[in-house]
Amino acid sequence: MNVGRRNFLIGATSVVGSAGVVGVAVPFLGSWNPSAKALAAGAPIKIDISKLVPGEIVGPIPAWRDKPVFVVKRSEEQLAKLNSQNDRLADPDSDEIAQQPQYAKNETRSIRPEVLVLVGICTHLSCSPKFRPAIAPQEFDAEWVGGFYCPCHGSKFDLAGRVYSGVPAPTNLPVPPHYYESESVIVIGEDGGTA
Amino acid sequence: MATIEQQFKNVMQWVDDRLPVTETYEKHMSKYYAPKNFDFWYIFGVLAFVVLVNQLLTGIWLTMSYVPTGEEAFRSIEYIMRDVEYGWLLRYMHSTGASAFFVVVYLHMFRGLMYGSYQKPRELIWVFGMFIYLALMAEGFFGYLLPWGNMSYWGAQVIVSLAGAIPVYGEEIAVWVRGDFNMSGVTLNRFFALHVVAVPIVLLVLVVLHILALHEVGSNNPDGVDIKKNLDKDGKPVDGIPFHPYYTIGHDLPGIVLFLIVFCAVMFFYPDGGGYLIEHPNYTPADPLKTPELIAPVWYYTPFYSMLRAATFPLFGMTAKFWGLVVMAGAIAILFAVPWLDKSPVRSMRYKGIASKLALASFVISFFILGYLGTVHPTPVKTLLAQICTMIYFAYFLLMPWYTSVEKTKPVPDRVTMK
Repeated sequence: MNVGRRNFLIGATSVVGSAGVVGVAVPFLGSWNPSAKALAAGAPIKIDISKLVPGEIVGPIPAWRDKPVFVVKRSEEQLAKLNSQNDRLADPDSDEIAQQPQYAKNETRSIRPEVLVLVGICTHLSCSPKFRPAIAPQEFDAEWVGGFYCPCHGSKFDLAGRVYSGVPAPTNLPVPPHYYESESVIVIGEDGGTA
Repeated sequence: MATIEQQFKNVMQWVDDRLPVTETYEKHMSKYYAPKNFDFWYIFGVLAFVVLVNQLLTGIWLTMSYVPTGEEAFRSIEYIMRDVEYGWLLRYMHSTGASAFFVVVYLHMFRGLMYGSYQKPRELIWVFGMFIYLALMAEGFFGYLLPWGNMSYWGAQVIVSLAGAIPVYGEEIAVWVRGDFNMSGVTLNRFFALHVVAVPIVLLVLVVLHILALHEVGSNNPDGVDIKKNLDKDGKPVDGIPFHPYYTIGHDLPGIVLFLIVFCAVMFFYPDGGGYLIEHPNYTPADPLKTPELIAPVWYYTPFYSMLRAATFPLFGMTAKFWGLVVMAGAIAILFAVPWLDKSPVRSMRYKGIASKLALASFVISFFILGYLGTVHPTPVKTLLAQICTMIYFAYFLLMPWYTSVEKTKPVPDRVTMK
């Protein structure tokens, strides 16, 4: 028996066989990706905010990619308190670039200071956080100045969707791509020409 | 003219010449010698098999009326419950069976830990058993999505999102698993395929491997004595008795009857187990916009869910969410290592030292506390308690090489003892 030749043949067969296995795996794994139909469902939507009163929320509404979206009109008082607790936030300056478009990387995380647009999915494990706008002590936070509270695992976000330190959620709530089509209509899901 | 007995013998001879039926039957049943000192704790392996059969049968029947689409799934469950003859019974047999499966498997695993059934030469039995446990968790998880109730939806949403904690590719993996940007009918449909075809096949293969490995080395017993060391003149263990009929009829049959009485009591009178077996939000259809007030998994996952939530702070530049995933995965992975963590010269808790006994007791207590904490809202105090119990859980395993080797053990008798 020629040991060298046998080892070569075993090696060559194994390599070709493995390549075959990888090739066969491609359609099986690929079929789990979102289908063309699911991708098409990710089209942008329009929201009319003309009737939104300061301190109130529209949402959660199924919007961009079927994810619940929050649109909040913050009141003067809420805006005044917004940056009063930045030392308790994990990322007060929105340095995590994937969490918002460039035009929302500012003190209020928004295009217009009072109007906040967020994807209402907790960055921890994707629950839907509750809107808790009151500037008053809550059972989960004695110094609450308004924001979002996730009932699943106790993550807290302020009224700009910025996550507090010491909660399970790792990052701020994402701001979806959006722009103002007119004074009262927001288009969510696209950057538009304003980016 | 041959007697009926003779005719039967002839038929068996004909078959045996072509397929080793008698040989296999003898090897695994009538001439499989099990230690004669089995106690109460040795019923749960058989019970797991009974529940497995129940799940397979009722599961097949349920698929005959269930529709795995986002639009129809919830309605088809109501159809099964209200319109299909005996549909309610088949479904409750299946849902109660799921919880019963975990009850008997947890007790079976505890038996293994107590009597050192994983020690040499039974490492592979333990490892196959752990794979069965893992497959069972996957099976339960996929199955829980199928009713498409609101807790089904959000429970699965939370667990699939765990993939998002994997650095860099996490979000893409989560989208790949869901087949959509959010949980949808697409996800439901593939979970159905995994629940009714893929995982059951894997489970059955693992069960066969688990039993083949067991019958190769022989069963352990409450004394942890090796019965193969004491053979009679025919080469049979003096402390062994044939599995059939002594254990099948004398031990297992009464056990199965008792188990079925309890099972039926739960199934007929408390099918939703006060919200623990079928959670209340699951009586409303899946709503992607409305999170239930409290997302809690079914009871058999809650200890691990508590450990996931116990990770609340970032460490070494990785997020708390990532560490939650690591802790939860680690808590399951570490179970596989038990045969190599136990350095004790004795198998059974009867002869191990006080350190092992305290360790096992505190492990069980912390597992129960974690299980409870996973069903309630987290508060700072409860999170702290969960963190302490998580430490105890891991300490039980990680300190095992130390406490099992330094403690003073009792001498093990040569023969098994009958208590």
